[in-house]
Amino acid sequence: MKRELEILWQDPLLALLVAAITVSLLIFVVYPLIAVFIRGFQTQDGQFTLENYRRFATFRYLQNALRNSLMVGLATGAVGVFLGYLAAFTLTRTDVPGKQLLHILLILPIISPPFVSAIAILLLFGFNGLITQKILGLQGFNIYGFKGVFLSQVFTFAPVGYLTLRGVLESLNPTLEDAAMNVGASRWQTFRRVTFPLSLPGIASAFLVIFIESLADFGNPLVLAGSRFPMLAPQAYLEITGSFNLPLGAALAVVLLIPSLTAFVIQRYYLQKRQYTTVTGKPTLSASKIVSPGARVALYAVLTGFALLILLFYGTILVGAFTAVWGHDNTLTLDHFRYAFSVGFDTIKDTLIVAILSTPISGFLGMLIAFMVVRLSFPGKGAVEFMSILNFAVPGTVVGIGYILAFNRPPLLLVGTLAVLVLNFVFRYVPVGIQSGIAVLRQIDPSIEEAARNLGADGITTFRKVTLPLIAPAFFSGLVFAFVRAMTAISAAIFLVSAQWNLLTVQILNQVGSGRLGVAAAFSVILVAIVIVAVGVISRLVPRQVARIEIMRAQEG
Amino acid sequence: MAELRLVDLVKEFPSFDSPAGKVVAVDHVNLAVERGELVTLLGPSGCGKTTLLRMIAGFEDPTSGDIYLGDRRINDLAPNKRDAAMVFQSYAIFPHLNVFENVAFGLRLQSLTEAQVQERVNRVLELVGLTELARRSPDQLSGGQQQRVALARAIVMEPRLLLFDEPLSNLDAKLREQMRIEIRQLQQRLGITSVYVTHDQAEAMSISDRIVVMNHGRIEQVGPPLELYARPRNRFVAAFIGDVNFLSGEVVAPGRVRVLTETFPVTDMPDSLRPGQAVTLTLRPESVELLDDPRAPQSHFPGEVSRVTFLGGMVEYEVRTQGLGSLVVHASNPILRGVHRRGDAVGLHIPPAALHALP
Repeated sequence: MKRELEILWQDPLLALLVAAITVSLLIFVVYPLIAVFIRGFQTQDGQFTLENYRRFATFRYLQNALRNSLMVGLATGAVGVFLGYLAAFTLTRTDVPGKQLLHILLILPIISPPFVSAIAILLLFGFNGLITQKILGLQGFNIYGFKGVFLSQVFTFAPVGYLTLRGVLESLNPTLEDAAMNVGASRWQTFRRVTFPLSLPGIASAFLVIFIESLADFGNPLVLAGSRFPMLAPQAYLEITGSFNLPLGAALAVVLLIPSLTAFVIQRYYLQKRQYTTVTGKPTLSASKIVSPGARVALYAVLTGFALLILLFYGTILVGAFTAVWGHDNTLTLDHFRYAFSVGFDTIKDTLIVAILSTPISGFLGMLIAFMVVRLSFPGKGAVEFMSILNFAVPGTVVGIGYILAFNRPPLLLVGTLAVLVLNFVFRYVPVGIQSGIAVLRQIDPSIEEAARNLGADGITTFRKVTLPLIAPAFFSGLVFAFVRAMTAISAAIFLVSAQWNLLTVQILNQVGSGRLGVAAAFSVILVAIVIVAVGVISRLVPRQVARIEIMRAQEG
Repeated sequence: MAELRLVDLVKEFPSFDSPAGKVVAVDHVNLAVERGELVTLLGPSGCGKTTLLRMIAGFEDPTSGDIYLGDRRINDLAPNKRDAAMVFQSYAIFPHLNVFENVAFGLRLQSLTEAQVQERVNRVLELVGLTELARRSPDQLSGGQQQRVALARAIVMEPRLLLFDEPLSNLDAKLREQMRIEIRQLQQRLGITSVYVTHDQAEAMSISDRIVVMNHGRIEQVGPPLELYARPRNRFVAAFIGDVNFLSGEVVAPGRVRVLTETFPVTDMPDSLRPGQAVTLTLRPESVELLDDPRAPQSHFPGEVSRVTFLGGMVEYEVRTQGLGSLVVHASNPILRGVHRRGDAVGLHIPPAALHALP
């Protein structure tokens, strides 16, 4: 350790950077969590107590909230993984038509605010629902509760499962399937004995990721759970904003944190080591023979069905945004947009400012931390890596409560400012950039950087002139992710907005709360439009050099 | 009757880049492989050899033509129903199974008793020298060991046909030479009919009964290694297999070719060539004799050494001549015969039997 420090000190600028990043991770990631933990063991006036946790034994609604959240999480995880695997398998192993379009439709929910589906579900299946009331003629059908939240979350998180499992299936060498068939395995035997067992760690991993996201989800439960189906994340929020019971809210947050962290640790430190990556040799020339014509049709039908459902939901939002009073007055109107711009113009501006400030900071920080973790050696590196990706697992509700507890008095009086929103987004969404940065860096031969050092570049120059251009693709995908999340996040942000700085997502939720679904839909359309334009712009920014590197990779593969 | 027959086999892939909208990967290939024979498909990358192999294994469907195994047409047979085990270039070892289970994989799909599976797997593991490693997981194996697992997994099926897709291309040079000897010995001992794809001509020559040289999806020439080396049918085959010098000459009479001022008897010459016609002769570098004295009576052409590359067992010279351009000459036994320097004046003697006329 002493020697590592000595090496680092030869490059004081680098050492300073490592220290600065470590300190900021401690302040903005770890400290808020500790604050939540401590507050959960306090009374309103700050005396030590176990009362907040004892309430779980006495109050049924708290027990139910825990049970309901876990139940929804497990169900969403199971169905989301099933749909995601089916989609990933179909799109990587068959040559069905329209693959590109299906892929885009499937990832659309990922770039939307998480409760777009909740609003669509209300418009389709709510009291004035198009399907339940108008088409099926059901009176008094109640979408609230388990089925509403479950439906909405499957819609939101199955795409996450799809993306994860697509990566898993793509990294499985199809030659293995050829090899199995070559020694006599039928299609089904090949799937059951080779493809499926090899993707099992990935499936388990995707399940846990969806489970974590489902537990952390705030928007869908708040809109669709209803009062008779309490869930942890919205309940913690209601305890704080409704009953002003900060200690109980903190205790609920800790209860919410435990299953999330458990799932995260299993996923990260057990499953990821068991992933099989078998990409060797050249890719095969044609589509795999593992899918029989009958199975191909069946898979395609299910996949197309899900894609159509996604289209239906987005179509509903779009139509809803232009419909005067959904279910009563179907005339087309721009009133909702007029209203949205008149009350929400400042909010749109604020949201953009926050996103535009936090995106590049998050992007650079992500690459810098990835570089530190992969290429430098310094004491406590493992801890830095853990801290930097911890926010993957911590539900936004917990982070939000942590920030209002941690930064509400000097010297860090940040609550209510622009800074607190930006800092929250930066540290919350940096893990994705870090992960993709680490993945790309591990593939780059360290001798390239050594060559730069050998020619006289110092650590920072090497990073800026050699490493950064090489990891540019990861950098830009980190940027896209950070921007999309900054635009669409709600669970932590809802605790941090103020009269001066408000966000679109919070605005949408307020409109849903006051029953103005048309306005909420209009805001959603505006938000999705901004995100799509921004993603387009960022992709255009990708320097040509990056495209060349990508091509080189493709050729090497 | 041949064990494997390919009749007029064609494979086209759709392509948006080419004006025809398709690329012809395999172009009307006809080939018969006899029982117990090892035939190599040799050619540069993109010549269609791997596509041909994958069609035999059933991973690609031919656009037209027929594949017969014995007297049975197997075009429409699923890959798992063909009796043709393959050794993959990437080895394709199942990462979730240990060595024993990888080899047992195919056997367990048949209705064999556990005792039979054990017996057959153990026998094959011994054959390839993996008995000690039976319980290892694939990520604990070296490249050479993985190669052996892939081989064992194929031969344990006792297939009618063994297919090799560049099996040694991921190994280092020494191991590659050792493995090709082992593969050849094993194949001869078991007597399995084999088709072997490679782009390495030395590998092809050392293990094959016959070599099929392919280029642009077509077969250029088929024959035993020595025949291909001594009597290539065209420039491509001559240049692809070994090093070669091309000399241009003129037919003066049947069996006689003039090169510059010298006339050589060329026994190996197609009848179609008439006197007065131009002809290309092939001359292997080791067939040329290098003379220290350019004016020696047996010298055909004088020259000057323009490059010397010492290779241990032999020296490769480039000799610049008047009229013939530069010729590559291999001289053996440098310890006893010494090594020329750049700029030395030398004579070149060409034994008549060394010349082969291309049709």
